Amino acid sequence: MNEKEVEVLEIIEHNGRLAVDTIAKMIDMSVEATGALIRSLEEKKVIIEYATVIDWAKVDNDDTIKAMIDVKVTPKRDVGFDEIARRIYRYDEVKSVYLMSGAYDLSVQVEGRTMTDVARFVSDKLSTLDSVISTTTHFIMKKYKHDGTIFDEGDADKRIVVSP
Amino acid sequence: MSNRFLSSTAKNLQPSGIRRFFDLAAGMEGVISLGVGEPDFVTSWKIREASILSLEEGYTSYTANPGILSLRKEISKYYRTKYSLSYDPNSEVLVTVGASQGIDLAIRAVVNPGEEVIVIRPSFVSYLPTIELAGGIPVPIETTAETDFRPTADAIRHAVTDRTKAVMICSPSNPTGTVLNQSSLQEIADVCIEKDLLVITDEIYAELSYDEAHVSIASLSKMRERTIVINGFSKGFAMTGWRLGFALGPDDILQAMLKIHQYTTMCASTTAQHGALEALRNGWEDVAHMRKHYQRRRNYIVRSFQEMGLSCHMPGGAFYAFPSIKSTGFSSEEFAEKLLHEEKVAVVPGNVFGPSGEGHIRCSYASSMEQLQEAVRRMEQFIARHSTQEPFLVDQKTMQT
Ligand SMILES: Cc1ncc(COP(=O)(O)O)c(C=O)c1O
Repeated sequence: MNEKEVEVLEIIEHNGRLAVDTIAKMIDMSVEATGALIRSLEEKKVIIEYATVIDWAKVDNDDTIKAMIDVKVTPKRDVGFDEIARRIYRYDEVKSVYLMSGAYDLSVQVEGRTMTDVARFVSDKLSTLDSVISTTTHFIMKKYKHDGTIFDEGDADKRIVVSP
Repeated sequence: MSNRFLSSTAKNLQPSGIRRFFDLAAGMEGVISLGVGEPDFVTSWKIREASILSLEEGYTSYTANPGILSLRKEISKYYRTKYSLSYDPNSEVLVTVGASQGIDLAIRAVVNPGEEVIVIRPSFVSYLPTIELAGGIPVPIETTAETDFRPTADAIRHAVTDRTKAVMICSPSNPTGTVLNQSSLQEIADVCIEKDLLVITDEIYAELSYDEAHVSIASLSKMRERTIVINGFSKGFAMTGWRLGFALGPDDILQAMLKIHQYTTMCASTTAQHGALEALRNGWEDVAHMRKHYQRRRNYIVRSFQEMGLSCHMPGGAFYAFPSIKSTGFSSEEFAEKLLHEEKVAVVPGNVFGPSGEGHIRCSYASSMEQLQEAVRRMEQFIARHSTQEPFLVDQKTMQT
């Protein structure tokens, strides 16, 4: 990965909506070369998706429930944790899966319409998987910061309009 | 009329042109400001936290007049590491209330009434008044975009008289963003050595140098003994409101500055000094992060100005672009006022920084990319509306840089 590629990634990670000619000016390259560079990053699946960070708590009729579930599993010979992780991440309810060190093995983030939905997913689907030994479910009550973005802070510019 | 009570010094002092634009813009809604001379970042949390901790621990009294020793040691180490310059923390480092107080102390410590101080213009608005307040006479040297706002040795040599005491320089510069590189500084140094002049160097934007490492004139051969370095935490660490700076220089000059400082100020804010200590110890990643953002915004805004037909030299540092608006036929003031009223974009007219700033505007790019994009969009509209029939002549040389 060269310097300009890394720079483009840093820029669009925080703002996927910048026009190519704006990015080109920022990194001091031609519009054509910048466009080509972005396309190649997309083709190589370095850029996987252009996503938006939304504060769903501000959406009135948002009723999704989010939970983090600590999962203990028995790793299998040859495939270790990968096989069970794959089985888990294929469920639509599952938003992310991490292999963890420490008291449990997998951290699974789940979303559902109601608490009952989530509870049912855990008891019916997750707990009954062969290698799963135990689960501990934590419901997320409020998001303060997510992926580096602070949610509950006003970012009003506190500077005076013209200064020396 | 209580006017009769005023000193003639106070009466004769010119109000700053920046102040006037602040008044014009302050009451307006929806203004996008490129007029702000300070970072748009909030001081990093670890620095804020260190100050809070110092309060919790009860550090609420005066510090030593020149500042906390550990902070002076850290400042000394900073200049040793970055510039290979060695200053004794016990006698050659002074913690000040912003770079502003450092400038004032430096001038008051060396200028006798009637002595002249050479100032490279366009320049930061406070240099001339500060010299005048000390009874000195500012001698401006005007520079132009054609020379990237660098002064020549000849121009300085011509300005020297037998009353000249010092030359004030600022690199990277507010308002032009020009960085004086090694060879520019050497030219200035040669004249100062030849004519036995002092140099006061304002290095407040030193951490915001984008294309090459910042050079301090004090590090050039035979210059340390005749240089007062002024620097601070305002710009690089995004700490403008903390009012914390520092001065470095040879023992005897620093001790004279300290005398004035101890009688007029006692010491800089204790709480701020604890924050600054954390900044120098652990704040460097944040500085690098902010610098990277400024650099991208600089590239963006300078290219955008060039594309809209405003010729603009590529500033090497600080967070100001200083495009020419001569092609519009407006004066700096007219341009800035019309732009504010018609498009609600605040910029500072270049003439407030001296006559050589006429025909330019100072645009700070210490704003988010979203704000800068909107400002560019509005300015394009403005220029298109006021464009004369012929397309603007874009300076070929600046387009290529
Ligand atoms: C060139 C220059 N010197 C000094 C200062 C003052 O800095 P401080 O906030 O440290 O007093 C500024 C602030 O705008 C500046 O632009």
